[in-house]
Amino acid sequence: MGVGIQVNQLNAWFGATHAVQDIQMDVTANHATAIIGPSGCGKSTFVRCLNRMHETIPNARVEGTVKIGETHVYGNGTSAVEIRRRVGMVFQKPNPFPTMSVYDNVASGLKLNGYRNRRELDEIVERSLRQSALWDEVKDHLKKKSGASLSGGQQQRLCIARALAVEPEVMLMDEPASALDPISTSKIEDLIFELKQNYTIVIVTHNMQQAARVAEFTAFFLSGKLIEFDKTEKIFTTPGDKRTEDYITGRFG
Amino acid sequence: MNGSLLKARYQPDPAAASSPLAETTQVPRRKIHLKSSRLADAGFRYLMLGCALSVLAIVVLIVRELFLRSTLSLHAFGLKFLMTQSWDPVNGDFGALAFIYGTLVSSLLALILAVPLSIGVATFTTELCPRILRGPLSYMVELLAAIPSVIYGLWGVFVLVPILRQYVQPFLAKYFGWTGLFGGYQFGIGMLAAGIILAVMIIPIVTSITREVMSAVPTAQREGVLAIGATRWEMIRVGVLRNARTGIMGAIILGLGRALGETIAVTMLIGNRPEIAKSLFAPGYTLASVIANEFSEATEDLYLSALVEIGLVLFAITLLVNIVAQLMVWSITRGSARRAAV
Repeated sequence: MGVGIQVNQLNAWFGATHAVQDIQMDVTANHATAIIGPSGCGKSTFVRCLNRMHETIPNARVEGTVKIGETHVYGNGTSAVEIRRRVGMVFQKPNPFPTMSVYDNVASGLKLNGYRNRRELDEIVERSLRQSALWDEVKDHLKKKSGASLSGGQQQRLCIARALAVEPEVMLMDEPASALDPISTSKIEDLIFELKQNYTIVIVTHNMQQAARVAEFTAFFLSGKLIEFDKTEKIFTTPGDKRTEDYITGRFG
Repeated sequence: MNGSLLKARYQPDPAAASSPLAETTQVPRRKIHLKSSRLADAGFRYLMLGCALSVLAIVVLIVRELFLRSTLSLHAFGLKFLMTQSWDPVNGDFGALAFIYGTLVSSLLALILAVPLSIGVATFTTELCPRILRGPLSYMVELLAAIPSVIYGLWGVFVLVPILRQYVQPFLAKYFGWTGLFGGYQFGIGMLAAGIILAVMIIPIVTSITREVMSAVPTAQREGVLAIGATRWEMIRVGVLRNARTGIMGAIILGLGRALGETIAVTMLIGNRPEIAKSLFAPGYTLASVIANEFSEATEDLYLSALVEIGLVLFAITLLVNIVAQLMVWSITRGSARRAAV
């Protein structure tokens, strides 16, 4: 089951660039929350702070608190590795492991965790691929085809399966469909709809229709600040801030 | 409506076109000398073709010359040349086996020592070391390649050999003597010394190519591995080394090629005795070393011819190693290509 996320006074920097400023936000468990905003507004950086991916970039810095369920993400005793196992992530560009088969791609996270039981692995791989709606397309050559040989949309669903296999509680998606064609995009969106029954989903998107379709909550970011955060229909029908309105009506961005 | 707007905007103004001003501002069409440019193009192509062919021609000529000059020895010994280890200039009896053995074993030893170290250095510089140290460290490793081989030989004789004799060889004999690889007299000079110096000499090339292929692995791959909860070491193993393995293989092969042909430093350290001994402490001899040592004193025709045949053998071994390596790289990439094709 998913858990909620509490973000308090979150600040993030790239060197001297203050990319994310004073974010305060509560993400509800088992719902999808969309982050929208123009390019460079800090939405990706914000999401990458939630699973401590931001700090893997040289000269990057984070301050503030993030709580995933009851765990302090930036707490003293918390390891980044543990957080990333509980908070899965799907990137903008599909990044399957090209030297591994489809099966090994999905099983990679479990194998890193020391899973060796063949039967269990088979089960989890199948379940994850079914969850990501890829099973029927790849089941006949699970171990023969390389992860890189799939189409772009299939690759992205493979990456989702890979993230699901380690059974995370939260799923972060950084523009998961922006590199895909409309059919693959709608498959991913259907998938998000399915997944949010059991996972807390945070999805960064450029596409406002997408946010409206998949997310119950929407946050609007501008220049590193959280401008407005509310129920999706409220944001898209009666936004409380002039800047939000300007953005969603296409007046800038 | 939009279309008509566009059309209207881009229609040339008939008034402007007929005005004298429009005529003078029109850019005169440049005459292109089609014929001469085509000629230059063809000339360039043949020039480049010539460059490419000249490389091939050089290789063919070298092989031809090696064959011609070793006819005497080829006729006298035939295939036996590759299978006997007697090297007796006085009685005119020649066999290359001891040299082949020495070349292969010293190079193999060099690989065993250099490859793990090089991959370690490359991993440290690309993944672990602070950015500020990255440049200087890479530069230092490349500096190793700039040292002439004769200096390596001298360093080996004056520094490495005494250390081997005093500390390393007694230690190896005491604890690993049972393997049979570390027995006999502890001269310092011998196969082990040659292998170590070769290792030092091939570290720069193996390291720098490994470093290049590792840093060419996309960030997305590293992040993908990290995002499923990998530790740093797991990220390097799964996300970087695994993706770079074909390139690393290439780096190892280039290092091996260098080790096989290296002459002076090895000649100064290997002991130059054409014998096959199990112990790595024993002196040996390589194909390149025997040519360098004995070419000037080979007065008889058969002797000279045998030395040229040694050169031919060295050429063949290097070629063979490269072909095998190419096949290995090919089979790895073809493996993934086949996966991609299914």
